[in-house]
Amino acid sequence: MNDAPGHVLIVDDNKVNRLLLTRNVEMLGHRVSVAENGRIAMDMLAADRFDILLLDIEMPEMDGFEVLEAIKCMPTLRHLPVIVTSSVEGLDNVVRCIELGAEDYIPKPVNKVLLKARVGASLERKRLQDEQKELLNRFATEEVADQLTESGFAIGGERRIATVLFCDIRDFTAISETMTPEATIDLINTYYTLMFDAVSSQGGIISLMVGDGLMALFGAPNALENSAQCGVSAAQDMLAMTAALNEERAMLSEVPLRIGFGIATGEVVAGYAGTQHRATYTCIGKTVNLAARLEAHTKVAGCEILFDQTTRAGLRDNSKTSEIADVRLKGFADTVNAFTFA
Amino acid sequence: MTQDIVNTATYTELCEAMGADFAAELLDTFLSEGPTMLETLKTAVAKEDADAYRRAAHSMKSNAEIFGATALANLSRQMELTSLSDAPSPIGELETTWSDTETALKALCDE
Repeated sequence: MNDAPGHVLIVDDNKVNRLLLTRNVEMLGHRVSVAENGRIAMDMLAADRFDILLLDIEMPEMDGFEVLEAIKCMPTLRHLPVIVTSSVEGLDNVVRCIELGAEDYIPKPVNKVLLKARVGASLERKRLQDEQKELLNRFATEEVADQLTESGFAIGGERRIATVLFCDIRDFTAISETMTPEATIDLINTYYTLMFDAVSSQGGIISLMVGDGLMALFGAPNALENSAQCGVSAAQDMLAMTAALNEERAMLSEVPLRIGFGIATGEVVAGYAGTQHRATYTCIGKTVNLAARLEAHTKVAGCEILFDQTTRAGLRDNSKTSEIADVRLKGFADTVNAFTFA
Repeated sequence: MTQDIVNTATYTELCEAMGADFAAELLDTFLSEGPTMLETLKTAVAKEDADAYRRAAHSMKSNAEIFGATALANLSRQMELTSLSDAPSPIGELETTWSDTETALKALCDE
């Protein structure tokens, strides 16, 4: 268990209780702030960052029930662990706290050992949650990460209609052989940064990074009105950015980067795969395979982008697309019609 | 008297858990806050303010429990649970109990 100190907000209207709880929590090595009632606590929660809330129930102005109700409605606070510490009478009141989202209940007078265990466990859960969110933020925009945090981290999948995009740098192995390891990683990072921007600005997430290859999802986890258009637009944005990058590279007498994109739209099984502690949002299914095969086929077809029939049908303007009929792809029994931009 | 005014073991445990100096300081705070809580209760009775009455009785109970003031805790709990409109408040009895508790706790602290 991680023993790093947390910042604890103690809310209690009674001075003796505040002093005793503060002392108890400080003895556990945590930093403490105190509020005399719920209203003051809400102001403090808005102004500062806390890891845990120790909340009394009976208080003037704004009681503990009202605080629980208020913070559950606030996206920035709804995951803050709340431990109710009270000598409130009646089991129904304790049940009400838990139903309102309190993580735990400790009766007063507070038992020191119990407090230590509960605070430790809550802090650990909070840290895990923060860690997961941070991890998620590396793969998705803040909005997507927030939305995922909202809907929870349950392992499991759902069927969605989404657009899958694969891309990689052509001949990257050959290019990298002429470069120092530092320069190679530097180039990869530039490429990732551009790609993340392109995907994020179209509402997608990067779900996989392998070497110079990326897989991006549009329409899962967050629904998009037209995932096909978003995927294709991201690829076009990326091509425009690569062209700009290549101009810089030309001035430095470096070989241009060439990138291939495969895009397919259809049903996927999307969701969290992994364990409760480490999970990643990914998707699988025929649509994913198709996008990967189309990307591989760009080398054969000699074009930068290939997409399937369903993606083409979703485009706002598909007048400039041209068809490559009857393409044979590995793993697909039937031939498919692929499309590119004329 | 059928119940102890103060269970001395509770205060001893508090001293062991939190340090004797801190326990004494906490008790001091309680003894100086007590009269204010009694006043709040009396005002609540006079104004028939059921919420303020319940809250003040609740505070008194929870503090009394910290120091093992059994009689005070029991009477406060009874007040907390009995609506002001249902029965006459035993506020006079509480004042007497407070006075006895104060004496007993002060003696404990001076030991």
